[in-house]
Amino acid sequence: MDSRRAILEALRRAGAPAVPAPPHPAPIRYADPERQFAEALVAVGGRFFRAPDAAGLSAQLAGLEPFASARRMVSLVPGVGRSDLDLSQAADPHALEGLDYAVLPGELGVAENGAVWVAGDRLPLRGLFVVPQHLAIVVPAGALVHTMQDAYARISFSGRGFGVFVSGPSKTADIEQALVIGAHGARSCAVGMVG
Amino acid sequence: MAQAGHPEAAARFAADDARAHWHDQALWFVRLKRDRQARALPEWEALRACAEKIKAHTASRLADYLEEFERNATAAGAVVHWARDAEEHNRIVHGILAARGVTRLVKSKSMLTEECELNPYLEARGIEVVDTDLGERIVQLAHERPSHIVLPAIHKKKEEIGVLFHEQLGTAAGASDPAYLTEAARGHLREKFLAAQAGLTGVNFAVAETGGVVVCTNEGNADMGTSLPPIHIACMGVEKLVPRLADLGVFTRLLARSATGQPVTTYTSHFHGPMAGGELHVVVVDNGRSALLAAPPHRRALSCIRCGACMNTCPVFRRSGGYSYGAVIPGPIGSILSPARDPARHATLPFASSLCGSCSDVCPVRIDLHHQLLAWRGELVAQGRLPAGKRLAMKLASFVFRHPALYRLGGRVGRFLLRHLPRALLYGRWNAWGRQRELPPAPKKSFRELYGRDDG
Ligand code: SF4
Repeated sequence: MDSRRAILEALRRAGAPAVPAPPHPAPIRYADPERQFAEALVAVGGRFFRAPDAAGLSAQLAGLEPFASARRMVSLVPGVGRSDLDLSQAADPHALEGLDYAVLPGELGVAENGAVWVAGDRLPLRGLFVVPQHLAIVVPAGALVHTMQDAYARISFSGRGFGVFVSGPSKTADIEQALVIGAHGARSCAVGMVG
Repeated sequence: MAQAGHPEAAARFAADDARAHWHDQALWFVRLKRDRQARALPEWEALRACAEKIKAHTASRLADYLEEFERNATAAGAVVHWARDAEEHNRIVHGILAARGVTRLVKSKSMLTEECELNPYLEARGIEVVDTDLGERIVQLAHERPSHIVLPAIHKKKEEIGVLFHEQLGTAAGASDPAYLTEAARGHLREKFLAAQAGLTGVNFAVAETGGVVVCTNEGNADMGTSLPPIHIACMGVEKLVPRLADLGVFTRLLARSATGQPVTTYTSHFHGPMAGGELHVVVVDNGRSALLAAPPHRRALSCIRCGACMNTCPVFRRSGGYSYGAVIPGPIGSILSPARDPARHATLPFASSLCGSCSDVCPVRIDLHHQLLAWRGELVAQGRLPAGKRLAMKLASFVFRHPALYRLGGRVGRFLLRHLPRALLYGRWNAWGRQRELPPAPKKSFRELYGRDDG
């Protein structure tokens, strides 16, 4: 018997008692989701910016040292930052190494934890959110939900697809529980809410 | 294989009093962070109850959901493989790598591959395997194994890591600053990511409805390893499945809060099929899980999402260290899973617990951990696996408890002796409760005397 059949049959034979799928609990509702989002983002090491439009956000990001001093940058958000690398010509993700800064579009912000949903189909190369040294994600101001439960209600995958929640910069506490920002991925993460 | 029991290994750990205390405090700090996160959500207990039921529901239809997962994953462009045991799992992974000429593999954390002992298997066949989670890299460089499932190097001091990195990564002699050491590891591992031909990850959740696998990390190492090399191998136990995408809303709210006291992991990555021009292989592994599911007293242990909360809170784990459990998964959950695999080898583990119930209180999927530990004790006693000393003590205790007059006399004599015996005698080898700790002062009167009645 092949392993697939053997495993499936063993699981069927195991006779775990039938339990219906439960309803999910009603999640928390924050009085001021945007403020909650900003606080959660700062708590996980990120920076929060609020701007009426792309030009306003660009002006604010210009005050960030990593943004101002970036020698090589890519931006997928019109009007914010610049692109020093033609991503339409880059088929090999190794081209992302050496990028100092990436500006990416985010689809959704999650108030409870400062996470932003980045949809893979908007990224010409999957590694754009993790290989560049610093990161800014731009989210439309209306696209804010309270919790992960609300976020998943708005996400769908049809067939192939990658997507990631990013909550602040890369971090580790593996050496004596001391928090260090910038483990493997972005050393800083700014989220700009625009609109 | 015979194996030193938990008491001996724990005694070795606790013999270094300062280190045992430091380890205890480090884990308690994580437990407190978890408490703060849990308290911030009014629906916390409802979330736990829901997660418990989703797991029970999934387990009752696991084969159906796995078939659904396979269909959808395949449609998304992944290749699904099935492995009955560790050996088959290792053979499949090696086969994929060998067929593509891969000699450099980067790995993110996967307790399953630890369980299957994949690294030595691949290394023996000429493949360089680099663990990329910082804690895992530290223990890999030290030729050790993780001592905790979420905090693999929690047993190591920064000075020791400094020496290790000085010798192996060329950091400055005597340097032990965590930020400096982490930066050195970042540089070292980035080279490994860029040079890798394939990346292997564990799986935190797999979704039947979409055919996707989800990986959660704080460092971004799984993401580096799956966005630079074109081949991604994801290894999962059958129990990682959830039915619907929406179920992730429940589990991602519980996992990081329970594990490290963060509101969510930094990266929660969802893979449906490979990157453009690449390959995604998902290896679905049984390795004893269907047998566990078929054992009614312990099947709930299969719901574990490997958050580590039961370890951080366990007074025994905190004071005895992960290695004292002699198993890949230590702590309360390990003490349930290990005897299920090999009761002879792990017979002492269910006794490595005060049955205080703290593990059950924090478990995000509400596994009845301390009840299961108690159930295991009964089973091991029935199998005649109780150590001789314990057997004798239990017989004696049961005799005394059945004779109230004897019990009262024993209490009086005990209280007298505790107050008047010389230290050397009191803390002699015979007194297991006097090792590495001070006995509380013995009261003059028993509880019964204080309560003012003596009617048995
Ligand atoms: S048994 Fe529960 S608390 Fe322990 S690691 Fe598993 S999920 Fe976490």
